[in-house]
Amino acid sequence: MTVSLEGVTKKVGADLHLHPLSLALQPGTFNVLLGRTLAGKTTLMRLMAGLDAPSSGRVLENGKDVTGVSVRHRDIAIVYQQFINYPAMTVFDNIASPLRRQGKSSADIDAHVRRTADMLRITPYLARLPAELSGGQQQRCAIARALVKGAGLLLLDEPLVNLDYKLREELRAELRDIFADGKTTVVYATTEPQEALILGGAVTVLHEGRLLQTGPTSDVFQSPVTEECASVFSDPPMNVLEAILTNDRVALSDGTSLPLSAHDRNLPAGPCRVGIRANHLTVLRRSDRLVPITGRVELSEISGSETFIHLRHGSTTLIAREDGVHTHPIGSEIQVYADPDRIFVFSTAGALVAAPLGRRGMLRNIA
Amino acid sequence: MSKAAVLAPGSLASPANMRRSSARVSRRTIILIAYIVFLMLPIYWMVNMSFKTNEEILAGLTLYPHTPTLHNYITIFTDPSWYSGYINSIYYVTLNTVISLLVALPAAYAFSRYRFIGDKHVFFWLLTNKMAPPAVFLLPFFQLYSEVGLFDTHIAVALAHCLFNVPLAVWILEGFMSGVPREIDEMAYIDGYSFPRFFTTVFMPMIRAGIGVTAFFCFMFSWVELLLARTLTSVNAKPIAATMTRTVSASGMDWGLLAAAGVLTILPGALVIWFVRNYIAKGFALGRV
Repeated sequence: MTVSLEGVTKKVGADLHLHPLSLALQPGTFNVLLGRTLAGKTTLMRLMAGLDAPSSGRVLENGKDVTGVSVRHRDIAIVYQQFINYPAMTVFDNIASPLRRQGKSSADIDAHVRRTADMLRITPYLARLPAELSGGQQQRCAIARALVKGAGLLLLDEPLVNLDYKLREELRAELRDIFADGKTTVVYATTEPQEALILGGAVTVLHEGRLLQTGPTSDVFQSPVTEECASVFSDPPMNVLEAILTNDRVALSDGTSLPLSAHDRNLPAGPCRVGIRANHLTVLRRSDRLVPITGRVELSEISGSETFIHLRHGSTTLIAREDGVHTHPIGSEIQVYADPDRIFVFSTAGALVAAPLGRRGMLRNIA
Repeated sequence: MSKAAVLAPGSLASPANMRRSSARVSRRTIILIAYIVFLMLPIYWMVNMSFKTNEEILAGLTLYPHTPTLHNYITIFTDPSWYSGYINSIYYVTLNTVISLLVALPAAYAFSRYRFIGDKHVFFWLLTNKMAPPAVFLLPFFQLYSEVGLFDTHIAVALAHCLFNVPLAVWILEGFMSGVPREIDEMAYIDGYSFPRFFTTVFMPMIRAGIGVTAFFCFMFSWVELLLARTLTSVNAKPIAATMTRTVSASGMDWGLLAAAGVLTILPGALVIWFVRNYIAKGFALGRV
C-alpha cells in the first residue's frame, strides 16, 4: 500500500505535537521512524493508522483520502510497545481474532493461524493464555496477530523495547526475514540508531515533532542533512566542535588542526562546526594521518565488547570509542586520535556542508 | 491464623526454644479463640435459639437446645406471610443488581476512557450520593411512587436502591476498567470489532472479576437496606426484614421463629461472599489496588 501524508499536523490542546509534515511511503517497503522519546513517532503512527485524526492535512492510502475514516475500515495492523493481547483468549484465539472478524471459514483460519505461529515459533503455546507466556512469546503472539491479518500497512511501535537484550537481537533478525515478503508496507519506530542501521530499508528521522530527513538508511547515516539529524542518528551522540576552515586545514577551537581530506577540500574558508562520530575518535593510532587530541577521562563505560570514554576537553566533553574492554582511571589524561578523513563539516547554522566519503567512494559534497 | 502461629520462627529449634515457643503458641491460640468466640457468639446464639422452642428460650439460659426442634423453620417455609418475604427480598435485590450493572457498565466505561467537560466533577458527585443517608430521600420517593402508582411494587424498591448502588457500581467498575490498557480497545477496533461486540465479547470477560465484585456489593447493600424497602412497600413487595420487625403478636414475641428467620436472612449474604472472597479487598478499594 502507498501511504502519503500531506502536510499533517497534530495539536493537543495548545501544544503542537507534530509540525506540518509530508511523507510518502512506497508499497512493500520497510520504513524506520527514528527519533528520541517525544520525537512524535507514536503520534505519527497513530495518524497513519487512523487511531487519531490529524489537526490539519490529509492522509492518503493508495491515493485515496482516508483522513476521517475509522480505524475499523482501514487496512492496517499494529504492534504496540507494550505486549497487547486479549488476556481472556488463548494464543490461538488471539491470532485468529482478526480473521474471525473478516468472516473466514474455520478451516482457513486454522491453516492461517498455524502457518503464522510456525513462522514466529509459538506453535507449542497455541492453547495457552497470554499471561502464561514469557514476554518475548507474548510479543510474538502480538506480532502474529498483526501479520495474520495480511494488512497493507503494518505499524510497529518500538516492538522490541520491553524485551531483554538477547531476545531483542533474536527477534530483530527474524523480523527482517518475515517482512521481506514485499507485500506489506512496514513502518517500524525505534529510538536506537543501531536498530535502524541493522533493519535497513528507508529511514525517517524525527526530532521534537519535526521531520529532519528521510531517505535510504545508509544515505541518511552517511550524509545527515543537519547537525541535529546527525546527533539523533548517532549513538553515542556525535562530537561537535567549533572550527575555522582555511584553505589547507581545519582549525578546531581548541587549537588542534586537522589536515583537509578529499571531501572537505575546496570549501569556502570561514567559521564552521566539525562533527566526529565516537568511532572515529580512537585510542589506537591506526595511521599517521590521525591527529591527537588530549583530554581528561570523566567516565569510561563498557558496552559489550567496546568501551566509550567520555573526555573533558577544554569546555566540551568528547566521546571516544575503543575496541575491547578497557578501564581508564577517572581524571587521568589520555590521548585520542581523530580521523580527518571521517569528519563532518556543518555550517555555523548546523546544515551539512561536507560528509566523509561513503564506502562506495562516492563524493558527497553537498556544498 | 493458628497455622501461622505454629509456623512461627524458632519453632524448629532447640528444646529450650521449643518450650518457649509452645508457651507463646498457646498464649496466641487462647487470645485468638477468645476473639473468635466473642465474634461468633451472637451468631451462635441466634442459631441456637432457632432450634429451641419458645418455652425453652423463656425458661432460662441453656447453651444448646435441650429439646431441639425444626418447628421454627417449618413454619417459615410453609407460611406464605413468611416465605413470600424472602421471595420479595430476593426479587427486588436481584432486579436492583441487574439494573445497577446495566446502567453502571456503560457509565464506568465512559468515565474510564473519555475526557469530557466536568467528567471529574460528575464522577465525584456520584460518590456523594452514596454518602447521603437514604432517609433524606425517603419522603420524595414515597410521594413520587405513590403518585405514579409504583408504591408496593418490587421495581419501586429496586429503583430506589439504585440511588446508592449505581454510584458505587460506577466507582468500582471504573477502577477495574482503568486497569485495562486503552490499547486493547484500539487493538479490537483494528481487528475489526464493532463497539458492542468488543464490549461484550472482549472487554467484559477481561473485567469479569470486577463485575462479580460489583454485583456482590449491589446485592449486599440492597439486601441489608431496611428503611426504603419497608417504607415503599406494604403487602405485595414486603421484604423479609420488614416481616421480621413487625412480628410482635398479641401473645408476645415468637423468639424461636424470629431467630430462624434471622439465620435464613444472613445465609444469602454468606453464600455470595463465598463466591467473591478473593476479590473483596479489591472491591472495597473500589477496584484501585
